[in-house]
Amino acid sequence: MIRFEHVSRRYPPDINALNDVSFSVAPSKLVLIGGHSGAGKTTLLKLIAAMERPSSGAVLVNGQNVGALKPAALPYLRRNLGMVFQDQKLLFDRNAFENVMLPLSIAGFPPKEASRRVRAALDKVGLLAREKALPIALSGGEQQRLAIARAVVNRPGILLADEPTAHLDPDTALDVASILLDFHQVGVTLLIATYDDTLFSAHASQRFTLNHGRLQP
Amino acid sequence: MNAWLSQHGKAFSWALLRLTATPANTLLSLIAIGIALALPAGGQMLLGNALQFARNSSNVSATPQISLFLSLDADRKAVNDIATRLRNHAGVKQARFISRDETFKRMQSGENLAEVLAALPRNPFPDAYVVTPRNDGPAAMEQLRNEFRGWPKVEHVQLDSAWVRRLDAMLRLGRTGVALLTTLLGLGLVAITFTTIRLQILTQRAEIEVSRLLGATDGFIRRPFYYFGAMQGLAGGVVAWLIVLAISGLLGEPVAELAKLYNASVVLSPLTVEESAVLLALASGLGWLGAALSLRQHLRHAN
Repeated sequence: MIRFEHVSRRYPPDINALNDVSFSVAPSKLVLIGGHSGAGKTTLLKLIAAMERPSSGAVLVNGQNVGALKPAALPYLRRNLGMVFQDQKLLFDRNAFENVMLPLSIAGFPPKEASRRVRAALDKVGLLAREKALPIALSGGEQQRLAIARAVVNRPGILLADEPTAHLDPDTALDVASILLDFHQVGVTLLIATYDDTLFSAHASQRFTLNHGRLQP
Repeated sequence: MNAWLSQHGKAFSWALLRLTATPANTLLSLIAIGIALALPAGGQMLLGNALQFARNSSNVSATPQISLFLSLDADRKAVNDIATRLRNHAGVKQARFISRDETFKRMQSGENLAEVLAALPRNPFPDAYVVTPRNDGPAAMEQLRNEFRGWPKVEHVQLDSAWVRRLDAMLRLGRTGVALLTTLLGLGLVAITFTTIRLQILTQRAEIEVSRLLGATDGFIRRPFYYFGAMQGLAGGVVAWLIVLAISGLLGEPVAELAKLYNASVVLSPLTVEESAVLLALASGLGWLGAALSLRQHLRHAN
């Protein structure tokens, strides 16, 4: 369960990235967050992952007010979230296998179990044959699939995806969208911030549109 | 427990990999640390040898003593009488008799005086007692000397506490010097590690950022750098130990030859096991400290 209660996020001097936003998302739903560039979509996802803190209001994830969490508690929140970043944030000096292994190493998984999970995640996104490849050797679509594999390898209950199909050609975008929808099918709560929601709209349970930081009715 | 061990194992491996990834840089850092630590360690070794020499030397003693030289005409009865007085004296801890014949023989065995002594018509040395007092404070020693001077057949009383005080002062000066060197050059080691870790943090910035977003704790992020600092310090300590060992090996023979010219026997010993352990632990600890300070400074900015 994700709940926003009158959440605002302001940046100095007077930029309102989010303004009095309230909504709630039930478990296992697929939620699309639309809006033009700069509308506050990324800020909204960052607030859920506690990468930012609200200026006012409360962000509740599974009953926890993440804005009030102490820094030492943040890692444990993030281990239960999968995140696909707009810029992917892959480590370019590590191969595909090692990139996907990172969340499991952080969580302290035993090496055997971790390896098994990594291969399963890579297989799921169609990259098992390329596990030794460095990200630089992968295409844009493959890099995005690798980022998804890393986001889901921990089997999180909530998956946040920020513009997951941006800058991809139509076929590759469809491919990436279908992978994300597969995860939603097995019960993962999926929040997708996207400018172009045509690939997901048929499956969405809820849809929010942001305009200059405000939720449109 | 297994996960904890596994994470420490990974952090250790990462640190080892980083140390060996750029061998030239690592070697230069280790040489700098090694030289910085070798100076106080070498000083400690020389101090230890000086103290050992003072203790073992037949000519000097690290414990204050009083020498009583009897007159040349002192007969067996007079010698025994003084022995009895010394044995019964409350202020005397121990008294050792050195006969004039014994002194003569010892002097004859020396290179410098053998010919001179051979030319003499008779033994010129007196019988003597070397007295170790119970109280070796300057005032008590002075009082004993004055008392011994008044005894019959005692020709001369020599107090060697002045020499001991000078030796003590020199050793104290040496120890202070070594402590200062250790402090200053230890700070140097901390500074080297601080800078090395700063560079490591800069090169690992992306990984640190991604790891944080994926749920890494501060401990997970910091651990490899702690290992790196401690391992670099330890390796630097080993280099310092080898330098000191090499110095003691190279200086051993010249020092022994020099000592021989003064009728002394000196064997330059390397650092003891305890001193070596302290050196390595200190080096490792200072490396860890440098890493901790650097992480505190630079990860705060990264946050």
